[in-house]
Amino acid sequence: MSITYLEAIREAQAVALRDDPRVFIYGQDVGAFGGAFKATKNLAREFPGRVFDAPISEDAMVGMAVGAAVEGLRPIVEMQFADFSTAGFNQIVNQAATLFWRTQVPCSMTVRLPFGGTSGSGPFHSQSLEAIYAHYPGLIVLTPATVEDAYSMLLEAVAIDDPVIFCEHKFLYYHLKAEKLPSEALPVGKARIAREGRDLTIVAYSAMVHEALAAAAELVPEGWEIEVVDLRSVKPLDTDTIMASVARTGRLLCVGEAWPWGGVTAEVIARVATEGFGLLDVPPQRLNAKDTPVPYHPNLWAAHRPAARAITDAARKMLRL
Amino acid sequence: MLQTVLEAEAVDGRAAGVRDLHRAAYRFMLQARLLDDKLAGLYRAGKIHGGVFLSRGQEALSVSIGLSLRRTDVFAPLIRDSAGRLAFGESILDSLQTCMGSALGPMRGRDGNVHRGRPREGYLAMISHLGAMISVVNGALFARRFKGIKDMVGATCIGDGGTATGAFHEALNQAAIEKLPLVLVVANNQYAYSTPNDREFACRDLTDRAVGYGVAAHSVDGTDLTACLDVLGRAVASARQGGGPQLVVASLLRLCGHGEHDDAGYIDPRLKSSPLGRDCLKLAGEILLAQNWASIEELDEWRQEFIRTIETVVARVQREPLPDAFTENWSAISVKNLRETYDEI
Repeated sequence: MSITYLEAIREAQAVALRDDPRVFIYGQDVGAFGGAFKATKNLAREFPGRVFDAPISEDAMVGMAVGAAVEGLRPIVEMQFADFSTAGFNQIVNQAATLFWRTQVPCSMTVRLPFGGTSGSGPFHSQSLEAIYAHYPGLIVLTPATVEDAYSMLLEAVAIDDPVIFCEHKFLYYHLKAEKLPSEALPVGKARIAREGRDLTIVAYSAMVHEALAAAAELVPEGWEIEVVDLRSVKPLDTDTIMASVARTGRLLCVGEAWPWGGVTAEVIARVATEGFGLLDVPPQRLNAKDTPVPYHPNLWAAHRPAARAITDAARKMLRL
Repeated sequence: MLQTVLEAEAVDGRAAGVRDLHRAAYRFMLQARLLDDKLAGLYRAGKIHGGVFLSRGQEALSVSIGLSLRRTDVFAPLIRDSAGRLAFGESILDSLQTCMGSALGPMRGRDGNVHRGRPREGYLAMISHLGAMISVVNGALFARRFKGIKDMVGATCIGDGGTATGAFHEALNQAAIEKLPLVLVVANNQYAYSTPNDREFACRDLTDRAVGYGVAAHSVDGTDLTACLDVLGRAVASARQGGGPQLVVASLLRLCGHGEHDDAGYIDPRLKSSPLGRDCLKLAGEILLAQNWASIEELDEWRQEFIRTIETVVARVQREPLPDAFTENWSAISVKNLRETYDEI
């Protein structure tokens, strides 16, 4: 008996629907069809009147969720792909994100973004948009890397009174498996030490955690012990855990699948450089995707995103310094 | 038409009969106009930070929305709904506190002028992005239906320019699919800021769009209070009774600039002298007098009463504390332990 990352997301929604009568799901094809990725499989049947197909209107989908949140419900909006959330961007960043600050009414809603690259998906079904949402005040942005986190963090997202952008990585949907779902978990806002080490800290999140772990394993025969920090949540960012790790290792490499300009990796380095400059033995480095749209062909795609080999190369250079 | 208002019982029990309805409407319109005059004065005196956006010329339409709704309904007014806000139940105090940035107002200096509301009470606070409030009203109605509430209407307003947004299209289509009791009121005041109708849409009439969405349509002369009360009353009643979304398009002219910073020099003088350019407040006063529903002395007493009220509230708000950057809670989220922390020097 094992459960995938995708099944964990489905299970978390089933539990949320079962335990909280204020929860409903709204998104394209999420009803009888069960969603483009089957993340809502059978939920419409198990929870009649709680799972609603939406028209292809991302702006109106999010607006509807905001109105429902004002009335005290806890909507889960499924974007079919994170890329399409830009069509609902205005409602997320200007309506949902500003509501509490402007009116003192919390906007409890979860927007699920199936994000990140998979082979063959091309420029419009592969994007990583966590940084642009984290940029706006008023949003919580979560990026679970494990089956356990996908489950527990989605349940927590629904329970949070503020709008949550839940970035679930499509590459992990089917690959990642766990024996069982967790009964307890680290709270949202806490990073996790995915692997302990003493020579270099790799900060990563979502699918890049697994690339970082693979890189760390590759460096073991060379005698290096790499620490891998899984951010779990990019906003809020757990600066304390990052800083403590860098204090142990003196070297920081940040890895993100998103584009390089600005973004989560830049933010992590900025925090460490401003708050913990003295902890660094060598200049901090970062690895991101290339600054182009995400390519379709696997030959290009594999080189576009940082993978274990690129991380290993970057780590070696830093370790020799 | 007056008879229709009575027969349809369109306006709920707050105003019994045509006479009282018109008197109530006129009083709100007059309050709104006098409040506008005061805001314009405060703006010119440098007492208001940011923009001031007036409702002159749109009071008859707006008040008819507010009066047709019940206080338990949902209302998302837009930029020129001063009269509708008052009729829906907003206090002059809320309005002035927001416009003058009082820390005690509903927006606490965090947002200003027309960006105010009390969402918990079904009175939504608009954002500036046009069309964005329509789907939020849909969501509030959807949620109420989800909770088993049946007797409800949600109304929101937009201009001719706002009908060109994608958000308008998505939300009206969504309301139609969900068969929500939405009343979407378009105030066609001929200009989107400075842009005339022929640069905003090419259909013969904005009501033609209703067919495409599968919703009911109503046209009304926005300068005529009696017509507005009748049409809005019927549209709201129809939505309440299960008739689905209602699109109301009113023709009128904005009798001021887009904001007080704008002299509106682009408005065609021929429009100003056309029937569209008539002042709905003046016309409404003439109706009251002609029908013997109010005397000229009474109209003047109301004016004096409202001026006194407004002056009193302005004086009160001027004594209220302003927001303080040092005591301000600089957090955009409600969950305390999830707040982002930045090291500051």
